[in-house]
Amino acid sequence: MTLLLLFNITNGLIVGAFYVLMALGLSLILNLSNVINFAHGGFLVLGGYIAYAITPYVGFWGALLLAPPLTAVIGLIVERLLIRPLYGRDPLYGLLLTFGLAFMIEDGTRFIWGAQGKPVAIPAFLAQPLSSDLFFITWYRLFMVVVVIVAIALLFLLLRYTRLGIRIRAGTLDLETVAALGINVQKLRSLNFAVGIFLAGLSGVLAAGQLGLDPTMGTNLLMPSFIAIIVGGLGSLPGTLIGGLLIGVAAGLTSVFFPAASEAVMYIMMAVVLLARPRGLFGEEGIMS
Amino acid sequence: MSTEQIRKLAVLAAIWIVLLLAPYWMAPLGGYTDLATRVLVLGLAAMSLNFLLGFTGVLSFGHAAFFGLGAYGTGLMLKYLTHSTPLALIAGMLLGGVCGAILGTLIVRRRGVYFAMVTIAFGQVFYYIAFQWSSLTGGDDGLRGFSRQPVNFGLFKLDILSNSSQFYYFVLLCFALAVGAMGFILRSPFGRTMIAIRENERRSRFLGIPVERHIWISFALSCFFMAFAGALYALVNNFADPRGLHYSQSGDFVMMAVMGGMRNFWGPLLGAAVFVVVQDYLSSVTVNWMSFVGLLFVLVVLFFPRGLLGFLQRSKA
Repeated sequence: MTLLLLFNITNGLIVGAFYVLMALGLSLILNLSNVINFAHGGFLVLGGYIAYAITPYVGFWGALLLAPPLTAVIGLIVERLLIRPLYGRDPLYGLLLTFGLAFMIEDGTRFIWGAQGKPVAIPAFLAQPLSSDLFFITWYRLFMVVVVIVAIALLFLLLRYTRLGIRIRAGTLDLETVAALGINVQKLRSLNFAVGIFLAGLSGVLAAGQLGLDPTMGTNLLMPSFIAIIVGGLGSLPGTLIGGLLIGVAAGLTSVFFPAASEAVMYIMMAVVLLARPRGLFGEEGIMS
Repeated sequence: MSTEQIRKLAVLAAIWIVLLLAPYWMAPLGGYTDLATRVLVLGLAAMSLNFLLGFTGVLSFGHAAFFGLGAYGTGLMLKYLTHSTPLALIAGMLLGGVCGAILGTLIVRRRGVYFAMVTIAFGQVFYYIAFQWSSLTGGDDGLRGFSRQPVNFGLFKLDILSNSSQFYYFVLLCFALAVGAMGFILRSPFGRTMIAIRENERRSRFLGIPVERHIWISFALSCFFMAFAGALYALVNNFADPRGLHYSQSGDFVMMAVMGGMRNFWGPLLGAAVFVVVQDYLSSVTVNWMSFVGLLFVLVVLFFPRGLLGFLQRSKA
């Protein structure tokens, strides 16, 4: 029983780490650009497929390094061409456009790479379990968690100490003043979008190594990321982080006792949070309420 | 009567004549009556959504949940409890509407993007229930094993099961009732208040209007209409599909409203007609229809954000 519990908690934490990566990217874009990026799951899938396509040439490590920036470049192009005309308009339009974009990416990847799942080869030593007692923790899983932690730490350092990060945070609070201070808000939003998509691409590569690839995997991760943001509180990145881990673990634990409800428990958590604390665990009152 | 009023009446008469004669002109144009019925039902759904979106200015991206609940309510009623079609319709409408009204109390204080996100997420709750509770709902396969039953009006009987044009007229009657109710509400002081909230929420609040309560009522009413459309949809297909509750279905409804013109009462019906026909056509000519539907979304948002009617009215002015 302890082993089973431990297994599901670890599992939950790992799944939660994915939610967090997804949700942080979504949250960044939402905070600064007021766009709910429905295509975020699509970018995750793109990241995974790019890794799949370049692995034969550059190997797993090369793909891990190259695929996220390549995805971010695609994100930049999309932002420039499609998203930018929508800033300042009703959020409805951003939602609808990215919704259509998600369709196109899902269908496009299916068209190019086929509907069948594709395995992505990971280095042999990573596929080994840590020890025979803890058979379920492979080195790859541990590696994934480390990568996620490093990525999140870098993100928070970026936001805390670099000029770009400080501007992003300032823009989240009051974009008008930031613009009045002579900062190029368009550029800021583009870079911020790219950072968000980079995170999606990274989770795509990592997910590809663990689960294999298929065109719909991004859509399945989208809803939990939404919930993570709502539970954590809109406008708060640490909130998103905690929210993602919480729902990951909760879903993992529920799957021990009542597997059919493992999805539902996330929604119940969201409902409870909205009832008891409408702004979310770490949300600030007034931001986007 | 002013010329403006005459023009409005003429447009209204034209719409109803087109709808009344649909079974006669659909076939020569290469359509079929069932397609017209589907347009009518999905159009009603889009108009219900637009009741909230276009006239109160609140974006719900999870309305398909109530559409689907209406469908399941009706289907379950017909399958297990009754052979009365009207009773089943009412049951479906109540199921979706009451769920919407309860949910509404949780979310009316949110606005804008936040409201949209919360409605999406809650909509998915119902999707998962329909998907997981397979002993009741049939799970992934959907709810089968029921069919619409002939309606007895006392004086005469409508054989809506096997005669597709009689079914069309039954649906048109339901459509007219719902649309009439919507129009009546929008014309009432309450409807005017909704528009005031859309135009300037803060000012409405200063005028002493209980904004939250109005938005809640508008949300709940819109859910009732939506569930009614869903109930009709279950009759159209003799089948209820869990994907009818999914947020991608909500996206389709929002698209219909936007494509037709959100600020116009009849816009969503036009949007639904175009959307259904385009999707029908695309899925018959290419397996990659999803890409093209996605492209349609992108193009409409970038180039026709006011929808077809908005575009026409603007180029005329």
